[in-house]
Amino acid sequence: MAPGSRPQEASGDATMEDAPPSHQPTAEEVEEGDGVGGDEMDADVNYEEEEEEEPQRVKLLPGSTQTAASFEFADEGHTLGNALRYIIMKNPEVEFCAYAIPHPSEAKMNIRIQTYEGTSAIEALQKGLRDLQELCDVVAEKFWTSRNEFMGESTPQPQHV
Amino acid sequence: MAPITKPSEAELERRKIVGINKETVTDVTSTDFPGHYPGEDNSWDINTFANGFHVLFHQNEQFEASFSLVGIDASLANAFRRILISEIPTLAIETVYIENNTSVIQDEVLAHRLGLIPFKGGKEGLLDFLKWYRKPGPGEDPYSTTFDFNTVSLDLNVECTRNPAADPETESDPAKLYHHANVYAKDIVFTPAGRQSQYFEGENAIAPVNPDILIAKLRPGQEIRLSMHMHKGVGSDHAKFSPVATASYRLMPVITITKPILGQDAEKFARCFPQGVIAVETVTREDAARDSAYEGHVGEKKAVVKDPMRDTVSRECLRHKEFEGKVKLGRRRDHFIFAIESTGQWDSDELFLESVKTLKLKCKRLEKQVVNMVR
Repeated sequence: MAPGSRPQEASGDATMEDAPPSHQPTAEEVEEGDGVGGDEMDADVNYEEEEEEEPQRVKLLPGSTQTAASFEFADEGHTLGNALRYIIMKNPEVEFCAYAIPHPSEAKMNIRIQTYEGTSAIEALQKGLRDLQELCDVVAEKFWTSRNEFMGESTPQPQHV
Repeated sequence: MAPITKPSEAELERRKIVGINKETVTDVTSTDFPGHYPGEDNSWDINTFANGFHVLFHQNEQFEASFSLVGIDASLANAFRRILISEIPTLAIETVYIENNTSVIQDEVLAHRLGLIPFKGGKEGLLDFLKWYRKPGPGEDPYSTTFDFNTVSLDLNVECTRNPAADPETESDPAKLYHHANVYAKDIVFTPAGRQSQYFEGENAIAPVNPDILIAKLRPGQEIRLSMHMHKGVGSDHAKFSPVATASYRLMPVITITKPILGQDAEKFARCFPQGVIAVETVTREDAARDSAYEGHVGEKKAVVKDPMRDTVSRECLRHKEFEGKVKLGRRRDHFIFAIESTGQWDSDELFLESVKTLKLKCKRLEKQVVNMVR
């Protein structure tokens, strides 16, 4: 196709325009969503208990199928990206897993998961997140046991909110 | 499917080593993934991980800890290190209200210096009582979100005056000639508000970790009068919030002497490494009986690897002809020697634990998010 020319009729192929580079809402969309509300809210009373509902940070990117999907994580980076990639790659049901940060000035991280038949990409992602939590428990537990042995103490793990 | 086979211990050990040659490195990436080695399992199993993972402490002081994580992948060790640097919250000076500053140091530079001072305080107050500060939105009252549970206020009021007891003819030290010629971190005064007086009482008061940090220098007639607000923040926002001075790891070095290094060469070999890495011993009859390479060398000196952890892997020994083919250098891919240096608000061992918990919490939140996404 010559540069600049566009297909006359809509074909089955997706064009660049169809695929948004990002699935996160744009600045305008966000602003529309919640205005400068809360005028009647008594800040002093509610502030402390205010457990804000987290905005949706995980999105399924367009073009995903049951066994092959890309996810976009807002406000995540290499810290979670690489750890999650590792643990998902350890899943024998997963054919392919990789992560990317498409642009360093956008706080977004993408994960691509392709699984074999019989499971789904979303399931693999959920298993990855679960496995990572289990792993953290083991690491924390073993770390503190070893620390106590070294110090000759039996201090319980510090707990706080 | 092919039956599941288990590789030998020696093979597993070999796979863990990153080779370090004179100019190149080999086997850098992990290969313990399902499907990488045909017929092997390698899939994630929490029990397999728990059996293979252990922690070894080398040092554990309040502000400095060193330990090894053995049997974990680089992606996870790195996640913990990154969280230590940029995601664990601390309290630091965020806003400075300058009433008067006639010192030679400019307002903005002074404010920046104040921000970087590490502070300590009661653990319960810092971790349980203090919450995140929310910046007021446009049009909102600037103090509508400032409370005792998210803002700590400090004062710094110093004025430099002449010391009448000092003789300017004979004395040349400004610290003795004048009062408050140097402004130190210890001059900062904590002014508790509300419930802060319960949580930050006596020993638990908010105070600089190091009282002798120099903030500014004054001369008679100059003064600094200001107040400050501290908030909780994270290192990804500003380095002043980072709870660690350094948090790093290195891989355990591996030195393998494949052929005997004897006599004068042994001494020279030891000098290629930092002290204590290589020891020079005498070849005994047992050595000769055990290893044919030592036969006929009883009583000579030989080089042995004593403490590879102290090695810097400088590769100096690979530059000498006489050691060619006699030594192999490497690093253990799954042995991370962590070094954590706390700035003082947290204890260094607690910091690592906190990083593990932060990663867990992150995953927990995202698990919910994924459920929401599917809905």
